[in-house]
Amino acid sequence: MATVSKSSQSHDMGLHTEKLTNRTQQMFFDAGESANLTYAWAPEVDTNKVGTLDCEGMDPTAINIRIRELMAEGCGTINLSNPGSMHGLCVGILSRLQLNITGSLGYFGCGLIDGPNVHISGRVGWSCGENMMAGTIMIEKNAGSTFGAAIRGGDLVCRGSVGSRTGIDQKGGTIIVGGQTGAFTGFMMQRGRMIILGDAGMNLGDSMYDGTIYVGGKIEGLGVDAVPADLNDLDRKWLKSKLDLYGMEAPNGIDNMQKIVAGKQLWNYDNLEPSEKKLVL
Amino acid sequence: MCGIAGLIHKKAGSANIGQELTDMLQALKHRGPDSTGYALYGAPISNYIMRINLAEQADTKDGFEVQSQLQSRNDTVDARLAERGAKIVKAEKSTDYALRYEVAFDGDLKGLIDYVEDVEGVEVMSCGNGLELIKDLGDAAVVSGQYGINSFKGSHAIGHTRMATESDVDIRSAHPYWAYPFADVSVVHNGQLTNYWTNRRAMEREGNRFNSNCDSELIAVYIANRISKGDTLEEAMKRSVEDLDGVFTYLVATSDSLGMAKDVMAAKPMVIYEDDDFIALASEEVSIRNIFDHEIDTFDPYEGEVRVWQL
Repeated sequence: MATVSKSSQSHDMGLHTEKLTNRTQQMFFDAGESANLTYAWAPEVDTNKVGTLDCEGMDPTAINIRIRELMAEGCGTINLSNPGSMHGLCVGILSRLQLNITGSLGYFGCGLIDGPNVHISGRVGWSCGENMMAGTIMIEKNAGSTFGAAIRGGDLVCRGSVGSRTGIDQKGGTIIVGGQTGAFTGFMMQRGRMIILGDAGMNLGDSMYDGTIYVGGKIEGLGVDAVPADLNDLDRKWLKSKLDLYGMEAPNGIDNMQKIVAGKQLWNYDNLEPSEKKLVL
Repeated sequence: MCGIAGLIHKKAGSANIGQELTDMLQALKHRGPDSTGYALYGAPISNYIMRINLAEQADTKDGFEVQSQLQSRNDTVDARLAERGAKIVKAEKSTDYALRYEVAFDGDLKGLIDYVEDVEGVEVMSCGNGLELIKDLGDAAVVSGQYGINSFKGSHAIGHTRMATESDVDIRSAHPYWAYPFADVSVVHNGQLTNYWTNRRAMEREGNRFNSNCDSELIAVYIANRISKGDTLEEAMKRSVEDLDGVFTYLVATSDSLGMAKDVMAAKPMVIYEDDDFIALASEEVSIRNIFDHEIDTFDPYEGEVRVWQL
């Protein structure tokens, strides 16, 4: 490890993420980094100012508007209750916020968020955290399919099990699943990291371009162009720090986790695309 | 899109399944408001319960001499039942075109059904000792009110809210489908089958009949076909996951069972709540939550998964 550069380490491991401004660039992974889950330039908020929102009898539009009103009133913490598994709640929140949800969300919960820290005491339906850009989402129970679809940044954590196509089209950030995950997890994954502590269904990492998937349980089958890789010290260090952050443990120990990366026989997302463009042009 | 829901009280005996399923289906209205259907299982009786439609709802709203045509069809149905030795013990009419008969009969059920359905415009929606299959246009509140479903008591039920995509908005294409000619077997489905015609032609060659052009009917016929060849319900469902192509999640109910199956791509949603006595399944958790007044834990079944619960 000592002989390779930080940049090549990250490339080899798929441990890199994107900056979200200007042109696409690489930000290389540092295992010693602290949780960098919000933009440095995101405005501070007063988390001691607490707003409450009881969703009973409200529709999703009214709930999302009320969240914005509370934020505009300066609430840095919002305690939301009785969401009733409604769809499309808590979406598009673009600044820091401590959002505590008592209950469960339906489809597309917390999609397109950019900075808040969300805690959900119940479960979530399909596509939780879709296109999430920064922040954290912690779900105490289970989650549906397409969990973290196209996530670009932040940490999306489910203590329970999740459905199929977890992290489909993942472009950055970290997805952590405490239980098992279904088929086609990491399908067309492009960047970022995923930790599955339980079993993974068939076609894991199918057609992935890049990124890294760690699995603590059994893998039913790998998808096209997904290949095993050796777990190294940097992986172990990062896995430990990440799991410690959320009070989670690999059931068979970190050393026994499997690491899956892109074989890059289908695509080389980083290097070939510009040359291919030249050829085309 | 469509929404499906089901529930089973394993020990309760007779619960308010009509009201419960209505509440679940109404919460799925956004997945399909075109039609709503129920397959409700009450306490089994010795006679057959036949749900018969004399016409499509739309056909009763225009045209000439509709009432006399309906009466004529009703008279013919009654005559044909009598001709085959089926005695109508109890007769009810939910609408101008929907009959509920309790029939004493111990002969060839398929022959009887075929003879009744040979009357123009008439369809036997279901036949069984406990099954009551009701479907009509509109959401769950409309259909429930029309047929008095909320007072129905029983052990288990499945239901469907339909967004018509590949066939008409009519009762014939609405779910559930009865697995003709097997008493007390019904199916609801969310998804699309891509090898519908291949399977349909094969099953028609074996003598099975189809009443609609809806791909979902294939599942009911498929299950019936496999049961007729000796499969258990669970075996038939597991085989269906291999034989049926496309994306689907479906529910099947029999006189004493409720089952679910999901295709190998797991492309269609299903959420399950399960405790020792009660199981509820639906396309979305919001449907299940609509019958609970407290926090619940649910989970999603995985790709290719088949589950069967029994009374």
